[in-house]
Amino acid sequence: MSTVKDENVLEVQKLVMTFGGLMALSNLNFQVKRGIIKAIIGPNGAGKTTLFNVITGSFPPTDGTVRFKGRSIQHLKAHKIADRGISRTFQTVELFGNMTVLENVMLGCHTRVRTSFMASGFVLPQSRRKEKRIRESALKILKFIGLADKFKDSADSLPLGEQKLLEIGRALASEPELICLDEPAAGLNETETHVASSLIKAINAKGMTVLLVEHDMKVVMNISDEILVLNYGQKIAEGPPEDVRNSPRVIDAYLGGAA
Amino acid sequence: MLRIAKLPIAIFALFIIIFPWIARQIPAIEHYTDIMVFAGIYCLITIGLSLLMGYTGQISIGHAAFYGIGAYVSAILTVRYGLNPWACMCIGMAVTAAVALLVGAPSLKLKGHYLAMATLAFGIIIFIIFNEETEWTGGPDGMAGIPGLSIFGFDLDSVEKYFYLVWGFVLAAFVFTVNVIQSGTGRALRAIHASEPASSAMGVDVFRFKIMIFVYSAVLASLAGSLYAHYLNFVNPSTFDLFFSIKLLIMIALGGMHNIWGAVIGAGLITFLSYEWLHYFEEFDVIVYGAILLLVTIFLPNGLVGVPGIVKGWFRR
Ligand SMILES: Nc1ncnc2c1ncn2[C@@H]1O[C@H](COP(=O)(O)OP(=O)(O)O)[C@@H](O)[C@H]1O
Ligand SMILES: [Mg+2]
Repeated sequence: MSTVKDENVLEVQKLVMTFGGLMALSNLNFQVKRGIIKAIIGPNGAGKTTLFNVITGSFPPTDGTVRFKGRSIQHLKAHKIADRGISRTFQTVELFGNMTVLENVMLGCHTRVRTSFMASGFVLPQSRRKEKRIRESALKILKFIGLADKFKDSADSLPLGEQKLLEIGRALASEPELICLDEPAAGLNETETHVASSLIKAINAKGMTVLLVEHDMKVVMNISDEILVLNYGQKIAEGPPEDVRNSPRVIDAYLGGAA
Repeated sequence: MLRIAKLPIAIFALFIIIFPWIARQIPAIEHYTDIMVFAGIYCLITIGLSLLMGYTGQISIGHAAFYGIGAYVSAILTVRYGLNPWACMCIGMAVTAAVALLVGAPSLKLKGHYLAMATLAFGIIIFIIFNEETEWTGGPDGMAGIPGLSIFGFDLDSVEKYFYLVWGFVLAAFVFTVNVIQSGTGRALRAIHASEPASSAMGVDVFRFKIMIFVYSAVLASLAGSLYAHYLNFVNPSTFDLFFSIKLLIMIALGGMHNIWGAVIGAGLITFLSYEWLHYFEEFDVIVYGAILLLVTIFLPNGLVGVPGIVKGWFRR
């Protein structure tokens, strides 16, 4: 087991992302060990969401490589990367508001179970069986995230806290090896934040590697194994929480702007 | 779950079966069977458009062109080359699928207004070709002498027989489309409508799905075009102009875009309006269509299928 633990799921090398003249990520290098929770923190505009967008294939990087399980993925389209086993949530909720809670999670199963257009139109028995399997596995996930009794509600109708949980549930449905959570606790009250952070721990306990962007320092310090700190698209610190907390460069980045 | 009830479909099928018989009993509406043939032909197109626009969220203002390609392939191959009409129908659908793939691939990468403009431009180009390629299409005068259809030597030579053929196709397309909507494919389509970034992050190949539905809706329009050509035995370009593409949009907007039934209701109503009830307005009928579109978008964003929901809302309050 220990050799598996040490293996890197994700390796980011010399990553550069520019928007016009703006350098959102500049020459970024880091690794993510299998099975850990790694937090990415940094002031607003530091490039955290951009990093997620590049890793998950929303757009290709200007330069550099992203390796997932040893294979480079930076040239792949988002849906291909999802197929490989990376899933994500969005900073501003991107649920399918026109669909029910259950359907949102069922869609998350898309990477695992698919039905062709013709099989759908002719309702072949195999497509019916697949549909049943997806439904059951989605219900299981809803139970896990605590939204089982709301399965029929439209995703739009949930309060923000539950929408954020549902996004995590949808991302889990693909049974990813790496899950990227972009500010899962933003806009949540204290109780909801607590629920979200225990959920993240539970996900990690199931063996999934977690990349976590979060502003709530209590959550970050409590649950992460490692922290990567970004500022203006550059890495300014990396390591276990206690080291990062005391790093002068980090303190400077967060407080020093005024000086 | 998105479930489309089976009972209304059965009732609808029954209604179609007895419709010609009812029409025969009442002299004042005897010719309604003929109008229903056209309603069915339009319905084939709106069913595909509803899947494309209402469910997947991709606009097309060029479907008259696919309708026209089907009609002209049938016309040209039967009249000029004497091919079997059914073979021509299939060739028409194949040609349309290829054209839709060619046009859809670059267009569907565009969003919203740009996609609307691209499909609009495509529709206009095809319309010009129908008008200008006189050796092939007969130009503005059109083509006559397109043969009717027959099945195993049994001629579909009466309005009633053709009615059953057309509505048989409509029911088949309707049930197939309903199945697609209720499947994982339909779920992916609605997801694309709601959020493309989230869909692709969940492994949905957004572009592939869009193309697939675009081609499917184009093929249905082509089938409708062939059925039209073999029914009227005559085609000319004005049937496939920009206004017809817009009329299709009015049909699904009136019926309700987000519900497959809206395609059927809208196509039926607009057909009867234009063939029967709008005679009084003569050339001012365009104003009526404009007014319908305006009123529906303002007061009935979910179309006529949304009305029961609105009424229920009143009672709950
Ligand atoms: N799609 C984009 N186009 C142009 N600029 C962008 C885009 N996405 C992010 N940026 C810019 O890149 C920088 C980093 O943004 P972001 O990654 O969202 O930061 P964070 O998530 O750390 O707050 C910001 O200056 C932002 O304005
Ligand atoms: Mg961000």
